[in-house]
Amino acid sequence: MDSENDFSLSTGPEGTVLRLRGVWRIDRLDAIERQLSHLEAKLPKHGSVVLDVSGIERIDTGGMIFFIAFRERLKKRLRVRVRPLSADFCRMFRLVKRFSRPLPKRRPPAFALLGGFLADVGQASERVVRDFLLFLNFLGAVTLTLGRSLLHPASIRMRETASNLYKAGTTAIPIIALSSFLVGVVIAYQSAVQLQKYGANIFIVDMIGISIPRELAPLITAIIVAGRSGSAYTAQIGVMKITEELDAMKTMGFEIFRFVVLPRIFAMMIALPLLIFFADIVGIYAGMLVAKAQLGINPAQFLDRLQNAVDVRHYLVGLFKAPFFAFIIAAIGCFRGFQVAGDTESIGRYTTMSVVNAIFLVVAVDALFSVIFTELGI
Amino acid sequence: MSRRPVIEMRNIVTRFGDKTVHDGVDLTVYEGEIYGLLGGSGSGKTTLLREMIMLLRPTAGTVRVLGRDLARIDTAEAARLRSRWGVLFQFGALFTSLTVAENVAVWLREYTRLSSATIERIVTSKLEMVGLDPDVGSLYPAQLSGGMVKRAALARALVMDPKLLFLDEPTSGLDPVSAEAFDDLIRQLHRLLGLTIVMVTHDIDTIFNVIDRMAVLGDRKVVAEGTLQEVLRTDHPFIRQFFGGERAKVRLRARGIKV
Repeated sequence: MDSENDFSLSTGPEGTVLRLRGVWRIDRLDAIERQLSHLEAKLPKHGSVVLDVSGIERIDTGGMIFFIAFRERLKKRLRVRVRPLSADFCRMFRLVKRFSRPLPKRRPPAFALLGGFLADVGQASERVVRDFLLFLNFLGAVTLTLGRSLLHPASIRMRETASNLYKAGTTAIPIIALSSFLVGVVIAYQSAVQLQKYGANIFIVDMIGISIPRELAPLITAIIVAGRSGSAYTAQIGVMKITEELDAMKTMGFEIFRFVVLPRIFAMMIALPLLIFFADIVGIYAGMLVAKAQLGINPAQFLDRLQNAVDVRHYLVGLFKAPFFAFIIAAIGCFRGFQVAGDTESIGRYTTMSVVNAIFLVVAVDALFSVIFTELGI
Repeated sequence: MSRRPVIEMRNIVTRFGDKTVHDGVDLTVYEGEIYGLLGGSGSGKTTLLREMIMLLRPTAGTVRVLGRDLARIDTAEAARLRSRWGVLFQFGALFTSLTVAENVAVWLREYTRLSSATIERIVTSKLEMVGLDPDVGSLYPAQLSGGMVKRAALARALVMDPKLLFLDEPTSGLDPVSAEAFDDLIRQLHRLLGLTIVMVTHDIDTIFNVIDRMAVLGDRKVVAEGTLQEVLRTDHPFIRQFFGGERAKVRLRARGIKV
């Protein structure tokens, strides 16, 4: 392909002649560009040059745009003549010439290293503060609608709540079961090794009976639900916003908070405690299996010890945290959904943010509860 | 007629499940014409277009585009063929994560090794061809109006200088002024660049002002093919229904055609 685009440079009576050949089609233009940039260096620094285009068999608009740019570049230092001009070439030249203004002057990118860094930090901080204020605003609106709904229970959208309850709760059971089973196995295995050294085998019941219902089951369940349903909330609401469904609801007089947000929050606050209760059972069951296999503790022994030695308050503490986690996950999921704007990419961005925020806040609130309960001696 | 056929569809049958969309569709698009695919909604116009651009394979029948049988070409040839046509999708289908200029340049960056300066030149020039200011290049698709999205998408479709251009409802969703301006632009580019254009449309204005020849789809077949005059002579209930509306009648009268 290169051979047919062999350009030649010669010096004749008219001065330097650059013979251009070949098919100047956009998909071959890169080869032409490479070759010409070699030849351009060999052209005289001043004087005149003749561009002989008779060898160009075909030229499309892409090729012509390139030709015009090349000619303009030469014109800065040389007198340029083009010959001989065929009708086709002229037509294409005129056509493209109409549409090629010289490139607009580009502004140099205005950033300094330190200034850019400071500006980034400033913008990020501003965004955090603004997000926080917006979130407070959102919480206020939720509380208001919640108050009104509790005063008029008939206005609660039971159908939406039930369908969200199914999606966030029922369909999550298999993955919650598997994860909490594995967590139970891991905890039991690791403690079994340590406890055996001290001959304190039976204390595995305390270990499992406290750590699973009090901390691990709530946390694992909340994290999985945040990843499953929190992200789904953001994506659903984001799409509804982009497709103007939310606007349609507003114009028809449906309060978005009552129709979209509250059912999701209610559903989550009902589903999460139930899921945690379920995770408690599965986790402890897994611990019991490991205790039998590794330490030879009978299920009967295990259950007896669980009932007598482990206080029920550990289980209650775990369940007490559930509605708080649920509220955090659902509220952030919805809040981030409403922030989606414009393009499809922002759905991805806000969904990620929603999951990250929700998981972080769940862990932070859990830490807070842990300190408070321990200080209170519960 | 000695004109060269660019697209030939013969005996096309398309079924989705047990729903038959086309049952023996025949049509021919000749070089250099603006060809319209017309028909009511659900008549399979867009489906037919998608079969021409290899997004969909008909259940039976042959499609020949630029002399190649689409059913039996290999991947390399398919790639070559794809670079010889441009497609404007109904909603533009600009890549949302790229700016307008990057959208137009994406083919050049991917398939050629041109320098950035040349690419920028070409992009600016193509944007100008579709009537967009070069400054628009730095905007993201979400920041554009409907008409600008279509223009930007057209610039992207034109970047590899195709001889064949497919337009899916180019004026749908545009206000009448923008729609007319877009029709003008299509006609102008057609004349200047010597394009063959195939478009799906049901915009009466476009049909009357832009299209040279057309196929009207109805009853899973082409019920009429030819120029507007020829199509109007066909006595088919669907044609009467399509061109019998007030909007069409006004224009027919203006042209001195009796209805």
